[in-house]
Amino acid sequence: MSNSTYITSSCIISNHVVYKNGQPVFENKELGISDFLVSVYRYLNIQYPKFHKMDNLSKLGWLACQVLLQNNFDAAKYKPEETGIVLSNKNSSLDTDTRYLQTTNEIPSPALFVYTLPNIMIGEIAITHGFKGENAFFIFDEFDAAFVEQYVNNLLNCNILQCCICGWVELLNNEYKAALFLIEKNKSTNSIIFTKENLNKIYQVQNG
Amino acid sequence: MTDIFISSDNIFSPIGESTAENFEQLKKNVSGIQLHDDRCMSERPFYAALFNEEKENSISLLQNNYTKFEKLLIASITEALAHTSIRPTDDKTVLIISSTKGNISLLETEEPSEDLYQKISLNSSAKIVASHFGFIHQPVIVSNACISGMLAILTGMRLIQTGQYKHAVVAGADVISKFILSGFQSFQAISSGICKPFDAARDGINLGEGASTVVLSSDEKFSSGIKVTGGSVSNDANHISGPSRTGEELNLAINKAMQMANVNASDIGFISAHGTATVYNDEMEAKAINLAGLQTVPVNSLKGYYGHTLGAAGLIEAVVSIQSLKENTVIPTAGFKNLGVTQPVNICSSLFKSALHHCLKTASGFGGCNAAMVFSKQ
Repeated sequence: MSNSTYITSSCIISNHVVYKNGQPVFENKELGISDFLVSVYRYLNIQYPKFHKMDNLSKLGWLACQVLLQNNFDAAKYKPEETGIVLSNKNSSLDTDTRYLQTTNEIPSPALFVYTLPNIMIGEIAITHGFKGENAFFIFDEFDAAFVEQYVNNLLNCNILQCCICGWVELLNNEYKAALFLIEKNKSTNSIIFTKENLNKIYQVQNG
Repeated sequence: MTDIFISSDNIFSPIGESTAENFEQLKKNVSGIQLHDDRCMSERPFYAALFNEEKENSISLLQNNYTKFEKLLIASITEALAHTSIRPTDDKTVLIISSTKGNISLLETEEPSEDLYQKISLNSSAKIVASHFGFIHQPVIVSNACISGMLAILTGMRLIQTGQYKHAVVAGADVISKFILSGFQSFQAISSGICKPFDAARDGINLGEGASTVVLSSDEKFSSGIKVTGGSVSNDANHISGPSRTGEELNLAINKAMQMANVNASDIGFISAHGTATVYNDEMEAKAINLAGLQTVPVNSLKGYYGHTLGAAGLIEAVVSIQSLKENTVIPTAGFKNLGVTQPVNICSSLFKSALHHCLKTASGFGGCNAAMVFSKQ
């Protein structure tokens, strides 16, 4: 019998709007995707120069994670290896793959090549926050809440992790969506039970 | 926790098309790595383990409208399934696919379009493979850099332990093309000759292509005599393209995998390391092996035979390790002569026989990921 686990925070970035725990906190509909991501970075008012070196997929996942954890996460509660990251998307790193391949006609860019793996985004988040626990990147046709619930709950219930950031970060050309969830073992203000139904409810509310 | 048995396995590589064929070649010290001069892939000649023209032709005869990547997966799974009575059409069997770049080579020759993006998506290949064999459930796809193959086995183990499935067919493949080769060249990571894991003169990796499959089951009656007893993944949280300076995080994964398997350092018969032959990877692994107290345990790297097969590497090397346990025979580290890491490690430089019970397999990759698994005799 598995114990209850909780969604203690969520962040959706979709259609040029950033939602935190279901509430829109920032929007900027005027800009192209790259400029929009920079505008979210400015809104967050964080100094993190490495942000500017990331590709758009990593920027999207990294920003969603910053919003997810802001004011909702007590890092002191966990050892580095107790927090994990389990992410998924549809098109892997294809957005950067096409950009990298263009550089091979002249001088192949190592700075772009490193981003031709989807789990680099996990590395970026892990570096920023010092998370050293289990990490995994899966490819699905669409966000698979049932798989995420089962996989992450197994990691928590087996005490492989005490806390997990999970969800979906997809970006190809101008189409994108990020939906990240913070899953913990203890209830907190406004937390809800970690089930596939609740994941889908949050994922679909801001569907677009 | 539920025991996970290895029912059957396959390696489909430039040196053989079954596990037995591959292991015979390894025992004879046959390497798949050769010098290639292919201007479609690189302006200068390079060493890599690629399928030769004859093998390419026999692969391309398989189902014509599939890509090379899909054909490799299908060939490997077909051969693995010939050695087990577990059926893909069983409602309790799941397919897990591991790859870093799948069909990415299509991007080099075809015009970008929605159709092309669809073909490149690993979802499309996984569906083709699943329907070829008649798998009932949607396949699970792991794409986590160079630990993908090991993470795919670990995922299979977990999906069985949660009771969702009884059997898992875990298959991985990667195909080498200009995209991947130019990237590693741009990193100055390709060796000028055949790679030399853990050696003082090591200067980088060779790339390799191939596919590999393991079939897992919770039912002992399907077992071939080996169990997966432990597995763990960690992240360095240090750098996206360079390994940890201390090896602490790989050590973390090793410790957790060994705890789960309930084994001590003295129980481990040998370690199948990642051993890519880059200066930094091998140094980091040597540090982790020392932190784990495993510095006297024989270590091999198979990169001198297969090159770095990326999303297939964890699977190919796990399957060789499983065969080593079965035959009580440890394969040497091709290319190794003089120890070139700062920590003492016992690099296995010639084939040896010994009564083996447990082995440790490790891997690390871009994004700071590390994986460790323990395989054990029943």
